[in-house]
Amino acid sequence: MSRRLFVQAMTATLMAVGTFVHVQAQNALPANKVLRFVPHANLAVLDPIWTTAYVTRNHGYMIYDTLFSEDAKGKIQPQMVQSYSTSKDGKVWTFKLRSGLAFHDGKPVTSEDVAASLKRWSSRDTMGGVLFAFVDKLETPDANTLRMLMKEPCAIVLEALGKASSNVPFIMPARIAATPGTEQIKEHIGSGPFIFKADEFKPGAVAVYERNTKYVSRTEAPSGLAGGRPVNFDRVEWVIIRDPQTQFNAIVAGEVDIVEQPSFEQYDTLKKTAGVKVEDFAPAGFQYIMRFNHIHPPFNNPKIRQAAMLAVGQQAFINTQVGVPELGRLCRSIYPCSSQFADENTPHFTGVANPAKARELLKEAGYDGTPIVMMRPTDLSAITKLPLVAKQQLEAAGFKVDLQQMDWASLVARRAKKDPPSQGGWNMFFTTWAAGDIDSPLTSAMLNAKGATGWFGWQDEPRIEELKAKFARAHEGSEQKKIASDIQSIVFETASFVPLGEYRNPTVLRNNVSGLLQTPGIPVMWGLAKR
Amino acid sequence: MTSLNQRLWDHGSVRFGAAVLLLVLLLSLAAPWLGTVDPAAMDANVINQPAGKSGAFNLPDGTVVQHTFWLGTDNFGRDVYSRVMYGGRISLVVGICTSLLALSLGGLCGMLAGYFRRVDTVLMRFMDGLMAIPAVLLAIALVAVLGANVATVVVAIAIPEVPRVTRLVRSLVLSLREEAYVEAARALATPTAVILWRHILPNAMAPLLVQGTFVAASAVLTEAILSFLGLGLPPDVPTWGNIMAEGRVQFSMQPGNVLFPALFLVPTVLAINLLGDGLRDVLDPKFAKRVG
Amino acid sequence: MGSFLIRRLLAVLPVLLVVSLLVFFMLRLAPGDPAAVIAGNNATSEDIANIRAHMGLDKPIVAQYVLWLGQVLQGDLGYSYYLSKPVTALVAQRMEPTLALALGTVLMAVCIAVPLGSLAAWRMGGWLDRGLSAFSVAGFSVPVFVIAYLLIYVFAMQLQWLPVQGYKPISGAQSQGTWAWMRQLILPWLTLSTVYVALIARITRASVSEALQEDFIRTARAKGLSELAVLVRHALANAAVPIVTVIGIGVALLIGGVVVTETVYAIPGLGSLTVDAVLNRDFPVIQGLVLLFSLSYVLINLLVDTSYVWLDPRIRH
Repeated sequence: MSRRLFVQAMTATLMAVGTFVHVQAQNALPANKVLRFVPHANLAVLDPIWTTAYVTRNHGYMIYDTLFSEDAKGKIQPQMVQSYSTSKDGKVWTFKLRSGLAFHDGKPVTSEDVAASLKRWSSRDTMGGVLFAFVDKLETPDANTLRMLMKEPCAIVLEALGKASSNVPFIMPARIAATPGTEQIKEHIGSGPFIFKADEFKPGAVAVYERNTKYVSRTEAPSGLAGGRPVNFDRVEWVIIRDPQTQFNAIVAGEVDIVEQPSFEQYDTLKKTAGVKVEDFAPAGFQYIMRFNHIHPPFNNPKIRQAAMLAVGQQAFINTQVGVPELGRLCRSIYPCSSQFADENTPHFTGVANPAKARELLKEAGYDGTPIVMMRPTDLSAITKLPLVAKQQLEAAGFKVDLQQMDWASLVARRAKKDPPSQGGWNMFFTTWAAGDIDSPLTSAMLNAKGATGWFGWQDEPRIEELKAKFARAHEGSEQKKIASDIQSIVFETASFVPLGEYRNPTVLRNNVSGLLQTPGIPVMWGLAKR
Repeated sequence: MTSLNQRLWDHGSVRFGAAVLLLVLLLSLAAPWLGTVDPAAMDANVINQPAGKSGAFNLPDGTVVQHTFWLGTDNFGRDVYSRVMYGGRISLVVGICTSLLALSLGGLCGMLAGYFRRVDTVLMRFMDGLMAIPAVLLAIALVAVLGANVATVVVAIAIPEVPRVTRLVRSLVLSLREEAYVEAARALATPTAVILWRHILPNAMAPLLVQGTFVAASAVLTEAILSFLGLGLPPDVPTWGNIMAEGRVQFSMQPGNVLFPALFLVPTVLAINLLGDGLRDVLDPKFAKRVG
Repeated sequence: MGSFLIRRLLAVLPVLLVVSLLVFFMLRLAPGDPAAVIAGNNATSEDIANIRAHMGLDKPIVAQYVLWLGQVLQGDLGYSYYLSKPVTALVAQRMEPTLALALGTVLMAVCIAVPLGSLAAWRMGGWLDRGLSAFSVAGFSVPVFVIAYLLIYVFAMQLQWLPVQGYKPISGAQSQGTWAWMRQLILPWLTLSTVYVALIARITRASVSEALQEDFIRTARAKGLSELAVLVRHALANAAVPIVTVIGIGVALLIGGVVVTETVYAIPGLGSLTVDAVLNRDFPVIQGLVLLFSLSYVLINLLVDTSYVWLDPRIRH
């Protein structure tokens, strides 16, 4: 090819590329109208009723709305509801919807949609199930009114309908809510402040939301999850970045605006880095727990469970797994210490390791040296250090520990097996819960003590179940508080599980992003603005 | 005519590679006496200390020692220097065992395939299939299936290497089969096993050895990748790979947690590769051209 | 030539069958239940059993295999329950970044390594030769992610010349142009090609230096051809076969590097899809991807073998 021809070809190509770039750039939105958010996990499942995964719940808050919401003070406020009333005998609840509420496909929100959504939610959610056990029937006298007829007065109606964490009673179109609770929905249409762009969704890479220009926000100022929902972005992108170092680099370089859960190791450096700031949207934080398998030795013996409870101390777990002192907190209650039912006046549990006493109790209980099969997830950095600390502490008290290391997928499979530990079962595992999921006896999955159909570990403790039923009927305030404390006493007496300490996991944002709302653990994209 | 040993000794790569490996081996064996503590011991009070700091270190059995953290500590509060020293053991063990396993399995399959025509077709189809699956994916899947401990990681890394070794040995056997002395042995009704052992195997040793070094080098690197993806050995069995993998969360803040183990891993793998290169050049100059 | 191709293509089928058998049965023997992963923390053992039934995992293994094989032969790679999308759709979505990464790497590596290797062979014993030998052995002694972190630290964080992570498509609605696309890929290409350059440069140097010993080189020089022409038209052309072979072999290495590179640079390609799928026991995705990778490996080798005929007229089948 002659030299002249070559130069001409190159010039032409460069010009074409340049034009292409220029044209593309013109179609982009102004930078402060696009928000890039890195969620703590991959958004894979899009049905917030089918799964309790936090990232799916957060996705739900983007595109759906709820009847009631929890405000910053923990009080349940009307959200989609304009007004509500109860009959004198407490058996009829009437809800009137606000006007102008519409789904993303243009159709108005009616009470039929609400009824169908609530039915689907109650088929999956524990608290919803308890609520609907009280419900005789749902009536929809007109498009804006929903009537709930109860078999007997129920104290938890608002708590249930305004439930902040998984599963949240999101309102969907009736035709989508008709999908059985055991199947995932295929369409993602809500009436919330953002619209999900299904055509731009790339699982594992990015999820895209657009502002819902037809959203009718409440007029009050936002408070927690309640009040108005002012949206300041035309487009929100949830960018999935798995590698924590890459997450760090991306926020420091300004390629993303928010990283939901930076690693604890990066916390101190992030506080000192220019251009970013660290804030906490979930001051109530999270709680680590240690769970026993109640149906196989040695932990089928309550004395041995108590010995284990005595052997572990919260401080070491917080120090090792969290590492940043200001982010951890010791809490001697099974409820988050910042929540209303927290009760640290408990005789059975100190949260401080006492290996000597644990040893004594072990001998008394006749521990025969059976190794404890302890499961450790190697790929879940949020909790991977807990089993190592526990092993050290339990061994110091005389337990024999068989630490089995596996990835999370293997762990959850093994966790579901009721086989003896030496034949593919387990004795002990660890996990973490957001405060919003365990702050009430009716929401905490760990208090499902129905034996074989209960939560993993399969504790069979009818007293807990009875108290939970009483709780649903009790009056708010001191009566409920007393029942919650009684449940806690039984939990510690029988060592159902052991709380290992609380922690906060602050978020990192670019300096030009403001307006982060404090909620019961949900990162919401309304209220935020970018300069 | 210079002896084999003389030629080996003269070759620069062999000298360098062997020297480095010997050094690493000695350091790893001597780890307990080189100012180290228990590599799995965690002390939450000394998390993320910079290199060179000294201080009190609380051991799990309750005793406290005064210790200098030559390479700092990691995010568990463990001494990086101790972990790197002990890590050499497992990394070397993984490298050597993987190599031996791949060579034995591959050698056996290669000899069988080369010698028995009927076995050949079936076995080679199987090997082709195995080779078509990307090695890292196969290793990941095997670790997921078998769980993560030294034995399973060795197996998981060795298996993807077997097809290549099999091919190598098979082609050697195919050519050696036609040699006069093999024909003679067959004519004398020598049992097949004896023929394979006494005549074929010794001639395959040299290329096998060379291939073995490359397998070992690749194994140490693959172990690091598996650890990076969260599917390697659990951290209470320190290897250079998983020390780096754990340290990467805070690479910007404590690059030492990744770079110090790398400083040991890279020269070791380099040395193994150089050793292999040198061995190949010396043992069979024709071989270098054939395989490349 | 035609019958050779057909024979080789047919030979691919039993290989793929073996691959499918291996992967399928290995996955089902693995601990780790895809149903339990999907079911989540709040689930009960019943929930998990229901999901297993829904996913068809409670049937006997052989029945599951036959069913799946039937689907594959009709072009249906299955449905990912974890990601709620058909596997073919996922693959289509994620193929572009991985292709861009892989092809770009091969191109970059060849463009760097072949000239360097040839020059090193030409001036054997010189500083270029020594330097290249040192670099090339070092190149496959360093783990890919270490190279990645170092490159990001220097070029993205300190110098801020290049972005830290992510991928921008080259065309389509979300594209920001070709330059933006390339900019995202420069560091990933450099990271991956380190190993590849090392490999190709070594082979190039070895083969070219061997070719340079041949008589026809002396003839070419005697004819008065420039050194460049001697190098390219005669030495390199004759060294082409081993070089192309190693490019083919290198593809297998590439896939391992792609997995790590995509994870570090947050590139939503097939590599990161595979890692996620394994960690979540997403059987249909793993099976589909392994088949796909194996198919590409086999086809690339076929391409390499076929290119021999074109590169070296002496080879006849």
